[in-house]
Amino acid sequence: MTHLLLAYAGEAAHEVAQLSDGGTLARYAWLIPVVPLVAMFAIVFVGKRLPMKGWELAEAAMAFVAVYGVVLLIANASTGISYESSVEIARIGSYVIEWGWVVDGLSIMMYAVVGVVGLAVFTYAKGYMEGDVRFTWFFAAFTMFAGAMLVLVSAANMIQLIVGWELVGLASYLLIGHYWEDHENNAAATKAFLTNKIADVGLFVGVIIIGVTVGSFRFDAVLGAVADGNSALARVAFWAGLAIFIGAMGKSAQFPFHVWLPDAMAGPTPVSSLMHAATMVTAGVYLLGRMFPLFQTEGFATDVKAIIIVVGAITLFATGLIALVQDDIKKVLAYSTLSQLGYMTVAMGAGAYTAGLFHLFTHAFFKGLLFLCAGSVIHAVHSNNMSDMGGLRKSMPWTFRTFVIGSLALAGIFPLAGFWSKDEILASVQFDASGSGGAIASVVLVVAIAGAFVTAFYMARAVYLTFFGEYQGHAHPHESPRVMTYPLIGLGALSIVAGFANVPGVYEGFTRWLAARPFSMGDHHFESINYALAGIGLAVALAGVALGTRLWYRDAATQRERDRFRVPVLYPLLEHKYYIDDFYLRGVIEPIKGPIARFVDWTNTNLIDAVVNGFGGVARLAARFVYGGLDQRVIDLAINAVAGGTSEAGEALRHTTTGRVQQYAGALFAGAVLLVVGFLIFT
Amino acid sequence: MIINQFLVLAALLFSIGIYGVLVRRNAVLVLLSIELMLTAVNINLVAFGSYIQDTLRSGQVFALFVITVAAAEVGIGLAIVVLVFRNRASANVDELDLMRW
Repeated sequence: MTHLLLAYAGEAAHEVAQLSDGGTLARYAWLIPVVPLVAMFAIVFVGKRLPMKGWELAEAAMAFVAVYGVVLLIANASTGISYESSVEIARIGSYVIEWGWVVDGLSIMMYAVVGVVGLAVFTYAKGYMEGDVRFTWFFAAFTMFAGAMLVLVSAANMIQLIVGWELVGLASYLLIGHYWEDHENNAAATKAFLTNKIADVGLFVGVIIIGVTVGSFRFDAVLGAVADGNSALARVAFWAGLAIFIGAMGKSAQFPFHVWLPDAMAGPTPVSSLMHAATMVTAGVYLLGRMFPLFQTEGFATDVKAIIIVVGAITLFATGLIALVQDDIKKVLAYSTLSQLGYMTVAMGAGAYTAGLFHLFTHAFFKGLLFLCAGSVIHAVHSNNMSDMGGLRKSMPWTFRTFVIGSLALAGIFPLAGFWSKDEILASVQFDASGSGGAIASVVLVVAIAGAFVTAFYMARAVYLTFFGEYQGHAHPHESPRVMTYPLIGLGALSIVAGFANVPGVYEGFTRWLAARPFSMGDHHFESINYALAGIGLAVALAGVALGTRLWYRDAATQRERDRFRVPVLYPLLEHKYYIDDFYLRGVIEPIKGPIARFVDWTNTNLIDAVVNGFGGVARLAARFVYGGLDQRVIDLAINAVAGGTSEAGEALRHTTTGRVQQYAGALFAGAVLLVVGFLIFT
Repeated sequence: MIINQFLVLAALLFSIGIYGVLVRRNAVLVLLSIELMLTAVNINLVAFGSYIQDTLRSGQVFALFVITVAAAEVGIGLAIVVLVFRNRASANVDELDLMRW
């Protein structure tokens, strides 16, 4: 495979020369997606009979993925790995359907993130889901969720990517609707599934355009065609790139497909944690990263980048504002995820491959942490609403400490993880503004800085309303068991240190890890920290924290009154999520649903019933004919004739058995004589 | 070597045997007739064996086998005849028609 890649790589060949094929480690990397999927089946079939009801299988599978991912990451950090292998499954005409696995900088990073965050979340889920009615089923679906994401990430071709993509959608549907006794949860699961499905049409269209144009669905062939400047692909690149971005918008919940993600909070908290950190929503950003040269190479889909950056900027700012007015702690975090995904998308639109994926990397740790903390709080106070919380820092010290670390990391406070990745995104957008991005990128830069302020502000609000002031609820909160706090501490530590993986000018390991791919990504790397921009980013984040402190901390007695204050016009707008959901419901779903329902009803009563009744009548007539005409007359006659004939023949022939031995002997000799005579005549 | 006289002798013996089997009523004589047929077969075997000058003497050897089998067969046959006679005071094959329809 490697020599083929070399041929495709063209100009980037000097980079390929430095990459190793990863040896045995990479050759057996197919185990990474396969082990969780096997574990899933094992949990389904034998989980209930195991001492821990299947949890141990799920945990073992995730531990395997985490260890394998981290080992690969370390190997990749010393010598860049780029390996790819495919097994042919089927052929359709000239198109080959394959199952493959890619082990390169991008997928290794994802293996490690999914494994490590997944391990923490699975451990935590043991405590969180204790006593759940469908405990075993939950872990079966959860393992499938992680396994599906790994299928997606390891895909060497676009068909396999779609398989993983849809499996992730299916698993998320099952998990969001885990508490299906409540109708709202079902509705949320359906909404997530259908919203994704609509966006998936874009992905399918893009994949088909590219696959048919290039003649292969393999990523290396497609990116090779980009590197070679394939003119047929260049002609369709804009539409293909746009279609693929629409697919990515669905999974990564970008405006206007963002509506499913807040509702997806209906699932158990560990699901939200994994979904927002490592699996599902990162898939879209991952896809953009995988196809990055298509968007970055001049002459291909470079125009799509303007759309990407605008969509990302709208998402990051608009959803960040909504997080300010939410009372449900999980929804605050959900909208903050949307906002952070907006940052990643902006980075991709600014042509900053490393910055976007670096934010994905750090975000996975602190957002996973924040959700697990929120789950710990919800577990203790039996309510999702911050109006039922308050003053929890005394009764839940570890949850409080880790939540603060996560919040500071998310807000982008130096030196936690979020600071480095967000700063790199801001710097990339600034670079883009001075280059090809132009005026749009300048506006986006301002929006992104404003978004940083909003992020810090709403996280400060969440921290103060949850952990400071007076306890408002009625339960008796207490710290969660160790099986839940240890994952918090582990993720908290990672939220502190993950940012140091990529400090411009000091240590740029992460950049090199991600660059271990056969094709040059063509993005810009910074030699040193942009102190001015980093200072501005930090200053607005601190301002956000300060404003939050001013409003909700200083005056503990009145913080609730403050939170009940409603800014006119803006508040109703945010509370109704810009009326987007209402617009979808009244403007899109109902106008389509009503006529379709009426039409279907009409066809059902008038056409389908007529056809069914017609078939029924015909069948009755046919049956009558078959019974009266065929069965009773023809078939019975034949059978009676055969039976009677047999009986009479038997009656006639029985007289030949006389019991006299000599008659038998005579017949025997006569037969022998006949045979001899026949033999003599005919030879 | 001329073989015809042996074959004629064997054919005569075989025919006499068939006649006995089909016509005689006494079971002992039927068995004797079967022995005659086997003897005819033996004559044929020996005659052909000597005619083709088989170095293995297989014709003669098979005649010995036939004699052995005939002895065994007639032993069982006579035993049956004795048992039938004890039960029915008769060895007449015409009267042994228990297996008729």
